[in-house]
Amino acid sequence: MEQQKSVFQSIDWFTILIYAALLAFGWMSICGACYEYGQPRDLLSLASFDTRTGMQLVWIGSSIVLGAIILLLDDRIFDTFAYFIYGALIILLFITPFLAHDIKGSLSWIKIGPFSFQSAEFAKFATALALAKFMSPYGFRLQGSVKNMAIAIGLMMLPMALIVMQKETGSALVYFSLFLMLYREGMPGFILFAGISAAAYVVIGLRFSEQLILSASTSLGEVLVMLMIVVFVIALIMIYCRPAALTGAGGIDPRNTRRPYSSALITSLGIFLPLMLGILAAGYFLFPLLSEHPLTLFGFTLRPFSLSPLLIALTVILALRLLWIGFASQVYRYAYIALFALASMTVFFSANILVDHLAPHQQKRIQVLLGLQDDPNGVGYNVIQAKIAIGSGGLEGKGFLNGTQTKLKYVPEQETDFIFCTVGEEQGFIGSTAVLVLFLLLMWRLIRVAERQPYTFGRVYGYCVFSIIFFHVLINIGMVLGLMPVIGIPLPFFSYGGSSLWGFTLLLFIFLRIDAGRSRYVRK
Amino acid sequence: MADSSLSYRKYVLGFAALVIVVVYVLRLFSLQLLSDDYRARADSNALMRRIQFPARGAITDRTGKLLVYNQPAYDIMVVMHEQDGVDTLGLCRSLGITREWYIKRMDEIRRTKGYSPYTQQVFMNQLSMEEFSNFQEKLFHFRGFYIQKRSIRQYSYPYAAHILGDVGEVSPNDIEADDYYRSGDYIGTQGVERSYERQLRGIKGSEILIRDVHGRIKGRYQDGRFDQKPIPGKNLTLSIDLELQKLGERLMQGKLGSIVAIEPSTGEILCMVTSPTYDPRTMVGRQRGKRHKELARDPMKPLLNRAIMGTYPPGSTFKTSQALTFLEEGIITPQTAFSCSRGFHYGRLTVRCHPHGAPLPLTPAIATSCNSYFCWGLYHMLNNRSHYHSTQEAMTTWKNYMVSMGFGYRLGVDLPSEARGMIPNAEYYDKHYKGSWNALTVIHISIGQAEITLTPLQIANLGATIANRGWFITPHIVKEVQDDTLASVYHKKRYTKVSRTHYETVIEGMARAVTGGTCRAAATSQYIVCGKTGTAQNRGFDHSAFMGFAPRDNPKIAIAVYVENGGYGAHFGVPIGALMMEQYINGHLSEASQHKADAFAARSINYGDYVR
Repeated sequence: MEQQKSVFQSIDWFTILIYAALLAFGWMSICGACYEYGQPRDLLSLASFDTRTGMQLVWIGSSIVLGAIILLLDDRIFDTFAYFIYGALIILLFITPFLAHDIKGSLSWIKIGPFSFQSAEFAKFATALALAKFMSPYGFRLQGSVKNMAIAIGLMMLPMALIVMQKETGSALVYFSLFLMLYREGMPGFILFAGISAAAYVVIGLRFSEQLILSASTSLGEVLVMLMIVVFVIALIMIYCRPAALTGAGGIDPRNTRRPYSSALITSLGIFLPLMLGILAAGYFLFPLLSEHPLTLFGFTLRPFSLSPLLIALTVILALRLLWIGFASQVYRYAYIALFALASMTVFFSANILVDHLAPHQQKRIQVLLGLQDDPNGVGYNVIQAKIAIGSGGLEGKGFLNGTQTKLKYVPEQETDFIFCTVGEEQGFIGSTAVLVLFLLLMWRLIRVAERQPYTFGRVYGYCVFSIIFFHVLINIGMVLGLMPVIGIPLPFFSYGGSSLWGFTLLLFIFLRIDAGRSRYVRK
Repeated sequence: MADSSLSYRKYVLGFAALVIVVVYVLRLFSLQLLSDDYRARADSNALMRRIQFPARGAITDRTGKLLVYNQPAYDIMVVMHEQDGVDTLGLCRSLGITREWYIKRMDEIRRTKGYSPYTQQVFMNQLSMEEFSNFQEKLFHFRGFYIQKRSIRQYSYPYAAHILGDVGEVSPNDIEADDYYRSGDYIGTQGVERSYERQLRGIKGSEILIRDVHGRIKGRYQDGRFDQKPIPGKNLTLSIDLELQKLGERLMQGKLGSIVAIEPSTGEILCMVTSPTYDPRTMVGRQRGKRHKELARDPMKPLLNRAIMGTYPPGSTFKTSQALTFLEEGIITPQTAFSCSRGFHYGRLTVRCHPHGAPLPLTPAIATSCNSYFCWGLYHMLNNRSHYHSTQEAMTTWKNYMVSMGFGYRLGVDLPSEARGMIPNAEYYDKHYKGSWNALTVIHISIGQAEITLTPLQIANLGATIANRGWFITPHIVKEVQDDTLASVYHKKRYTKVSRTHYETVIEGMARAVTGGTCRAAATSQYIVCGKTGTAQNRGFDHSAFMGFAPRDNPKIAIAVYVENGGYGAHFGVPIGALMMEQYINGHLSEASQHKADAFAARSINYGDYVR
């Protein structure tokens, strides 16, 4: 009874406030996106249930009720039923494609009476609960336990795979964000770094692969990726192999660290990077001359040629050299860094080969996503129109319901994935910045609240919430701003639709409920 | 339990979130605040500016008869960017055009100057109401095609084509000269349509419409706050009298030439006939281009407004100006008599004259149109060394008199393309004869021959100047512009260098020409007519000219008639002039005159293969 009374005292009202502000902002944006010209502008007609604005009000209202119900539940049931909930949702995800109606190629919508819902939206909190449960036992460690790591990743990958089968690749990618939580819980930063850099190679490599530099001899994408790999290698050496960083690391004689460090640095920073830059500079100055007056030596005509094989070879030699240093000094970190470099190249080239083997329409889609092809009427149309809508907002925006681009349907999917366009157009720079700041506050608050959890369960769950919201904001707003590939995922609390709103409300309020129960465990 | 060695990672994650938000805010900053490009593109997406054309001013004659008005017509516009994949066959069928024509037209549009695939281009213009309504029913099938309401000129009468002029599409030069115009706009190309273009055209309005991604119009931008209503063009009242114009055109049928009548007291042009002419009603709509080509190819040059663009030797009508000059310069007095023995003889030079009593003083010399008299007059003027130091100085003085009477330069009528005629001066002859010339060399200019040329308008203006006894107001064809005043030159009197009393002398001679001289056919008992014939020699058969005014006191009309190759002035010029004056002064023709008019209308001159 005592706890019941304390729920509304110990709840994190700050988060609730941000949640309320985001909902209010979100509804205004839906109004802007769904408003039809000539429709009356008073509140009553905007709230009418036969419009999308009215329906969204229903979703908002029911979400609040849902949130309140969760706050009234006992916080321990989430811990207790975590696997049960996870299992139930996995089954639901599994059967969804069989029940679903095909909506634009997606098999994720289940219809119950007049309502449709997306099961994938509810799998996020369930996965977060399962991960929290799995990682909460006393003494659980991710570091050094391949088995724990594998199970945790397996818990993430299972719903992901099922969602891919529903042909909702965007929603599936969200689960990658949980690596952020794993990072906080002890996964080596190296893995996170390797994952992020692999993604960067693929994106940057493909983005610039067709762009030729140095008298049209060399692909800019390959040059950029090779330089990135070498720079990363140097950074990794400087971070992980400094003598100071190695002291105390297991099995290494501190006296034995200085020599390999200096020789690795001399090799990479002193020789290979300058060599690569020198080759590029030579190409820059000599190729224009060569292309005008090809040079004939011993019956062999020299014209500008691609420099990437040279750069690739140099990167491989650098990796082998580091491998040698690692084994010779028995500081195996050098070998790992060498493996990182080799793996990076493998990822980059296999992605290239993979893309070459895709069907032409898929290739085109990838190229348009990466801004490789200008396609104002096809896939690129969304991004161009989104930028026009946002860019036309100016400082103060055009005002509530006064946006033209969104209202006149120039922006596709403007009430779902491209909802941020409405904010940009109608609320301008001030309003859009306010929304971004609200999301930043929410993420900051989630970290704070997660960090104050007395038990791992709450903290892991909290970081799951943080990671998922982080990823949605990163991808959704980045896509609308033309900085990220077009991946169709909703903007939390903004995008139209009950499933997404309910899913995020469940995700957030379960955390708030867990947090509200912490007082029980407060250590004096 | 939290592993304290890992808790620094919360800062890494928090920092990552901060970096993302900062990067996105910077991106927003560059999208929203650094460039106006997106706003412009948004506007070009969503806003469509529709031009609203003002009604062009109507034109009436001096009695209020409506001559030119507007009728709705419809242009079919196309936005190339939107029309991809249109059912071409259906479009061609409902517009009654061929597929080849469609392809050719689309190609033309793409090659026009200032072409943009995003704005409306004229596809077909000036569809009539019936053609249009047929198409309108099916318009919704044809994405990218729009209708623009325009108005085309309609003419109530088949007369005054050259005065009214016409309206056509603007040329690239027009667009460059005045940025009011856009490709496809109309502009006056001839006549008052051109000279009063600014008053007639009005000011275009525009409405800004909102359209959605499918091109559907969703409403007015900001409830029409930025719309501008078109301001209609101003109506013109011409000074011509339609009945007089009509009679003039009828009388000139089958002849080449011109009739110009001026109200002396105001300088208003009462009629301006040029022959051959054409029916302005055939020059509207889509057949305009074809018809215009036909007329341009006609060897009789029906597009030439001979009244202001034709320059002719004025012949004997010019003698009045000579008499005035000699009197004012004191070369002669009204009593001075010169001999005439069937002409002017000096050495081997002979200027022939017809038989009449001699020697004779000025008045009968005018009345009988004695060549000899005016040759002597000029001879004495150019050789008078007590007045002038040299022949050159005398010639310059003479030229100044001519210029003061409106010759040698454009009068400044409010119609385009006026010709200036020719009045030679001393420098001209110095150059032409390499300094060796004298009065005898140039003696023919005294009888309106040799280098002298005038437009029929200048001859009529001479009549108006004599009628006014020494001044004229620049002749003009527009009497009134609605809510506006005429240019001040059309109010100001321009005085000649000759004083009033000398005009009375010349008028006496012109009156006697009608009562007992060359212009007897113009005599009437109702009012006193003053007139002067002209028979201008040229390479072919003589031109027949008449210049006169009536009544003698308080003249109401001054007139010039010029019939190419019409023979003696009395042959065509005098009777036509008489009929015209009767029509204007009485408002109608007597029955006898009607018959005479019918007879003249039926008389045509055979011009054979002359091409001029």
